[in-house]
Amino acid sequence: MKFLTTNFIQCAVKGCQSSDSSFPLKYEECELVAETQEFKPEFLVHMLEKINWSALVQVARDLGNDNLPTEKPELDPIMEDDVLILKDLHNLLVETNILNGKMICNNCGHIYFIKNSIPNFLLPPHLCN
Amino acid sequence: MSIPEIPEDITPVNQEQNFVHDVYNDIASHFSQTRYKPWPIVEKFLMGQKDYSIGIDVGCGNGKYLGVNPNLFMIGTDRSEGLIECAHGLNSNYNVGISDGLSLPHPNNKFDFAISIAVIHHFSTPERRIEAIQHILSKVKSGGEALIYCWALEQETSRRGYKEGDDQDILVPWVLQDKKKKEKKEPKRRRKLAKDQASESVEEQKPEEPVETPVPKPEPVTKYRYYHLYKEGELPSNAEDAGAVVVDKGYERDNWWVIIRKP
Ligand SMILES: C[S@@+](CC[C@H](N)C(=O)[O-])C[C@H]1O[C@@H](n2cnc3c(N)ncnc32)[C@H](O)[C@@H]1O
Ligand SMILES: [Zn+2]
Repeated sequence: MKFLTTNFIQCAVKGCQSSDSSFPLKYEECELVAETQEFKPEFLVHMLEKINWSALVQVARDLGNDNLPTEKPELDPIMEDDVLILKDLHNLLVETNILNGKMICNNCGHIYFIKNSIPNFLLPPHLCN
Repeated sequence: MSIPEIPEDITPVNQEQNFVHDVYNDIASHFSQTRYKPWPIVEKFLMGQKDYSIGIDVGCGNGKYLGVNPNLFMIGTDRSEGLIECAHGLNSNYNVGISDGLSLPHPNNKFDFAISIAVIHHFSTPERRIEAIQHILSKVKSGGEALIYCWALEQETSRRGYKEGDDQDILVPWVLQDKKKKEKKEPKRRRKLAKDQASESVEEQKPEEPVETPVPKPEPVTKYRYYHLYKEGELPSNAEDAGAVVVDKGYERDNWWVIIRKP
């Protein structure tokens, strides 16, 4: 599961769907792997518009990366300095994969597992409604 | 061989477990081989999204729609672990997860668009089918669109010949081929699929018409999936009951489809 995906998933429990604390999930015991991917600066700039930055910072911290600025950067792929930052973001968002690990809901405490890069959100019967 | 009946006292959840989820897991790798060609309307919908839009594919199966438009960011989920593994195996770049369509793991009001192709017909009551549409829509932004496909009751021209007046809640057989036999058969099946554009209607063999097999013939295993066959007008009506605005609708290859908008 790509790091970027963490910005688009949250607890699947009905009661947590509209709770602010069910997003982002809390990431624990994660095993990361880097996978080389084509660098697409335009794609990244547009994804940044859609990204919830504070959630991204929080997940990065869970995974041991404290280097992100607290404010979402405004980047222009024409500017060379910005390209360097975009490359770092590409490396983090697109090339970093969570191979195995746990995701925990900060609202209800439910634990979801990622195995072989695939997150599993199936709920036990008592949490289905 | 006769088609078994759905037990009368079965709960909707158990019916879907036994006659949908268990079956897809059993047939996952075989099923995945029949799924690679996008249906034209789905392709058109995906190619028509603005560059860099974000979307979800609910019940994505082996992920065949996740790579259609490389300028989109899509996340696909499916209830079948087996099919999600197929998707990940086909392309490790697909963003996939295992999840039920009624409990999606996404923030509300987040996505530009959604698709759900040939999935909603597996829910066993009208309430659950409407809830499924509602739930998909809850993840889309206001003004965002979703494309939904369901199998049609009206498919008289297809080999199956379901038609108006038939029972809408049915079990459909899937014959699981023995491994060796399947490999022998492969080229033929591919040709046939290409011709029929991989429509839902060519994916299974009826037990009455077993494939031509070389001599000692191992018993093929038949699995039954539950479907609710949609009749004309039913899908737009479900969508409206789910609070959606119907933007466009039509019929393609034995399926009814709607494009709906979140108000
Ligand atoms: C006919 S297949 C279609 C797969 C894919 N959308 C395609 O067009 O190739 C139906 C899919 O719906 C999935 N499905 C059935 N019930 C589901 C549910 N409650 N939640 C999520 N997926 C479900 C099945 O696992 C299966 O992959
Ligand atoms: Zn929760």
